[in-house]
Amino acid sequence: MSGLSPRGAAALGLFLAAMLVLPLFANAYIVSVLVVVLFAAYFGQSWNIMTGFTGQLSLGHALYVGLGAYTAAALFVHWGLLPWVGMIAGMAVAAVAGGLIAALSFRFRVGGVYFALLTIAFSEFTRILFGHFKWVGATEGLFLPVSNLTHDDPLRLRGSPTMFYYLLLAMSLAVLGLSHLLLNRRIGYYWQAIRENEEAAASLGINVFRCKVLAMALSAALTAAGGGFLAFYDNNLYPDTAFAIGRSIEIITAPIIGGLGTLFGPILGAFLLTTLGETMTSLTSGLEIAGLKQWLYGAALLAIVALQPAGLWPWLRRLLRLEERRR
Amino acid sequence: MLFLNIIVAGLLTGAVYGLMALGLSVIFGVIRVVNFAHGEMMVLAMYGAYVANAATGLDPLLTLPLVTLALFLFGYALQRGLINRYIARPEHEQFLLLLAVATIITASLLMGFGPDARNVQLDYAYDSYQVGGVLLDKVRVLAAGGAVVGAAALWGFFRFTRTGKAIRACADNQVGAQVVGLDVKRLYAVTFGLGAACVGAAGCLMLLLVDVQPYIATDYTLLAFIIVILGGLGSMPGALLGGILVGVSEAVSGFVIEPSFKSAFSFALLILVLLVRPQGLLGRA
Repeated sequence: MSGLSPRGAAALGLFLAAMLVLPLFANAYIVSVLVVVLFAAYFGQSWNIMTGFTGQLSLGHALYVGLGAYTAAALFVHWGLLPWVGMIAGMAVAAVAGGLIAALSFRFRVGGVYFALLTIAFSEFTRILFGHFKWVGATEGLFLPVSNLTHDDPLRLRGSPTMFYYLLLAMSLAVLGLSHLLLNRRIGYYWQAIRENEEAAASLGINVFRCKVLAMALSAALTAAGGGFLAFYDNNLYPDTAFAIGRSIEIITAPIIGGLGTLFGPILGAFLLTTLGETMTSLTSGLEIAGLKQWLYGAALLAIVALQPAGLWPWLRRLLRLEERRR
Repeated sequence: MLFLNIIVAGLLTGAVYGLMALGLSVIFGVIRVVNFAHGEMMVLAMYGAYVANAATGLDPLLTLPLVTLALFLFGYALQRGLINRYIARPEHEQFLLLLAVATIITASLLMGFGPDARNVQLDYAYDSYQVGGVLLDKVRVLAAGGAVVGAAALWGFFRFTRTGKAIRACADNQVGAQVVGLDVKRLYAVTFGLGAACVGAAGCLMLLLVDVQPYIATDYTLLAFIIVILGGLGSMPGALLGGILVGVSEAVSGFVIEPSFKSAFSFALLILVLLVRPQGLLGRA
């Protein structure tokens, strides 16, 4: 993993500074769009650990979003636990679920496409299960009490979109830092070795099974933390949206577009896709043609995968010379 | 007796599911690409049959050959023009490519027909046969019959024609096929066309049984995944067996437990099979 060049470091610093001051100048709409961007970036980065670093295609990450969201929200609604405590509980639940799914799959040598489809199956199965789970409202949904606070309360996660924006920015940066750290540690090298050639990695004495289960559990736990946060931002939860396969697809589109397995790809992808979606909405809003927005979105995806199949970040960093040459 | 009726109805619907999944299985078995736009192609075919019916009043069974041919050409062109370039690329790039195709198909249908459910009016929609105390819906019998004929035709094609044999050779050994001078790219396009033709026929038959609207496509894609994995990805008899299993299990669990649980049951079946026999019931290890 090559480090940032001086130009890259300067660009990163500039980007961070811009993100920090943006809400001071932007209106409510822009802040709400930026929150969507940060959610996409956060989930994309969490998913990237499993699929980008370790090379195991998971198509069911909505499962962990839903588990995290429901755990945090249910603990708050029923027992009044603080959101942050609930989020940690949600992370534990998701880590166990993810680790179990990975352990079952890899113990039985389910890999590649089969693994991807298995992750969808678990996610869909859980979605239907939660539709009958009365304690969390089943299909009627679970609602968080909305209070009219005059000030932000980050401890109870009640407040303005701007508060959510800054907290989410901190969480995204934390995952970015964690990803960077892990990639440069032994476990990160193990993961990349498994991604490139699993048999070769095993023959070098890497415990492939343990590494893959660990990647999934970590990826699931991080995703669940974002899910818990999302529950307190949206204030409502339905099984059909929390565990939606559409959400799983959304989660993985940004990092693939941005550049799978890269540190900054998920962030770039999140910015591009959200901006793209919002632009399409405003472009087509006057026309009242159902489907036009999705059509343009699909066409844009097609254009990106046709022109830069490895993602936009590797292309951008070459273009702007943001990273040092590989040693 | 009611219970037996339900099982038979599930069996007949399952045959149509099987034909749909057969397309996915053939495409994966030969080209090694998972068609994430499979349900979308199915819904496209359903709208094809719907439009033909709305314009001329013809029964979807009569316009089936035309819709099937149209889907074949669509699949052929899609593989030739787009997917062929990605067959050696990583799975996630293929996934994104087909996701984009799927999004465009659904959006196009949404633009053309709106989100409302459409169906065909058949004068025999409520007819049924009585066979030894079991009640058979006429539409289901016709749909299942059509599915069996379609599957048999595909089997005959692979078994007896030169092109069919050549495609099987590609599936067995792509490099070997190239060495003996087969035009692998063209054969892949034919294969994708055939897979699309399967959903073309299955879509026409399915329209006899259910309404169509653009957003059901994802459900059909998932259904096709479940079926082929149950039966074994790449196995033709496996796809039919899987289709019938899922058809019956949906019908029975919808009746015994409750309708909203029917797909949960299918997913549970899928998880079980993947963990116990990952190559599927009839797949080769």
